[in-house]
Amino acid sequence: MSVNTQTRRAGPAPPEPRPRAPRLTWSRFDVKAAPYLLISPYFLLFAVFGLFPLVFTLWVSLRDYGLAGGEATFTGLDNYAALLSDADFWNAVVNTVGIFALATVPQLLLALLLANALNKRLRGRLLLRLGVLVPLVTSVVAVAIVFTQLYGRDYGMVNWLLDVLGLDRHIDWQSARWSSWTAIATMVDWRWTGYNAIIYLAAMQTIPRQLYEAAAIDGASGRRQFWSITLPMIRPTVLFTVFVSTIGGLTLFAEPVMFAGNRMDGGTTGQFQTIAMYIVEQGFRNFDYGYAAAAAWLLFVLILLGVGLNYTLARRIGGSR
Amino acid sequence: MSAITSPAAGTRDRRDPFRATPLTKIGLGVTLVLSIFPIYWMIIIASRTNSDAVDVPPPLLPGGNLGENVRRVLATEDAHFLAGLLNSLVVTSAVTVSVVVISTFAGFAFARLRFRGRNLLLGSILLTMMVPLQQMGVVPLYQLMVELGWVGSLKAVILPYLLNGFGVFMMTQYTEQAVPEELVEAARVDGASTLRVWWNVILPAVRPGMAVLALQTFMLNWNEFMWPLIVLTPENPTVQVSISFLTAAHSTDYVLIFTGTALSVLPLVVVFLAFGRQIVGGLMEGAVKA
Repeated sequence: MSVNTQTRRAGPAPPEPRPRAPRLTWSRFDVKAAPYLLISPYFLLFAVFGLFPLVFTLWVSLRDYGLAGGEATFTGLDNYAALLSDADFWNAVVNTVGIFALATVPQLLLALLLANALNKRLRGRLLLRLGVLVPLVTSVVAVAIVFTQLYGRDYGMVNWLLDVLGLDRHIDWQSARWSSWTAIATMVDWRWTGYNAIIYLAAMQTIPRQLYEAAAIDGASGRRQFWSITLPMIRPTVLFTVFVSTIGGLTLFAEPVMFAGNRMDGGTTGQFQTIAMYIVEQGFRNFDYGYAAAAAWLLFVLILLGVGLNYTLARRIGGSR
Repeated sequence: MSAITSPAAGTRDRRDPFRATPLTKIGLGVTLVLSIFPIYWMIIIASRTNSDAVDVPPPLLPGGNLGENVRRVLATEDAHFLAGLLNSLVVTSAVTVSVVVISTFAGFAFARLRFRGRNLLLGSILLTMMVPLQQMGVVPLYQLMVELGWVGSLKAVILPYLLNGFGVFMMTQYTEQAVPEELVEAARVDGASTLRVWWNVILPAVRPGMAVLALQTFMLNWNEFMWPLIVLTPENPTVQVSISFLTAAHSTDYVLIFTGTALSVLPLVVVFLAFGRQIVGGLMEGAVKA
């Protein structure tokens, strides 16, 4: 009987007892090659649908490249220079960052509160958890349609409620910057707050209960326990959600598109056009591929900046406590 | 589960860190209502008429027009709703099955096999998960589809979505946790080939992880909007694109739009009702490991 020890040790292990029978040569080949065969589908897909688009986007972004002719003349960094002095692009950047900030900060804070509440002893726990996840089941398009209706100027339920409360009614939510940003931010928050809360809840449940018991005996209040125990203990998870929502927020697309009635311009003066909408508008409405590709790379840079900044910020906030 | 078991006096009870205060319960109640209301309201409007939809105060109980509205949605020619629904089912199922298989294979290799470059390759997957391929890749992917002659075909929607780094990462984590190293070694000692180990040892153990990945992939893919909108033709859409056409062409026919939207959400609701517990469990498990 041959004992195959190859799976045991990693890498440059001491020489194995040399097998001689041909069957063992096959098994040796199997051990060597099989891992690569198993991971190859992913990496093949990555080469075609991941790496190629990235490199090609970079190539296109350095050219004057239209859809119709297919002529591509090298223009160097012209597209980038034009973008950086393009007021419409900066408008899209400001909108994207503004909506992102308006949506993400309340979302993650609410999710923390919600998770903390769900972490208490409650009857019907599973039902509550399912309940807060219901919004995830809907599609972005559906959410945007329903909320656009809720935010309608004349017959919208939000304006009606404001009226009932004796406040200013007939707000034209789409028309102004602040109101359209608010409306879009609530769509994003409605869909994702419960999801983040469940993620936080999972992390909270790994915190040893003795910590809380000890703190309680020492007389720490619920709020104090939350800041001194819960938050520091789940910091990695908070960082993870900050990371994910930064990428999601900066690539925001479907909600504002639907809010604009399925158009890419983001309202009459582009008051809620995001960068993703701008890219699609340039590439697939104006057919200026090179310009759209350059915008896509600038978006990537913005995401890297955003992830880096938020990461440092979130780290510091969690750490100072 | 209470950490403090003694049914003791009030003071002790107040110190129980897991006691739910009335404020907590009220907050949760409000959240629950806010979570469910928009969907509830969507269904209410889908069962009514257009004049009801603009009533003040808004109607909160179902009407009797659902059947008629559904018929109208299916009969709206420029939306191709039924085609969209079927296309979405085909696309989503194909993507889900493939992603789960690809991820299970790769997860097995990364978690339980040793090979040169393993850490580097796994790290590269994590790194590329940060790239917003949706936006970065849209121009070249479209160009690629033009070259291949796939514009307007479902292939153009299915294939790019098979690239799912999250799935590989998740199955790697899951396999590591669900399959003891000794089990794989024992099978090896018995002379099992890699494929046999995968079939007899890995597959039975990671089935719950596969289920969670399948559910998440299904839900995410069902909702995809931007890429199908770009690469498919209006005559052959996915369901999200159908709705957007419905909205664009009949922007004042709220009931029609809401009925279409409700229909598009229906398959997800069915999945959620059937597997809700697993979704919650899977999300929580995945989060702890993240």
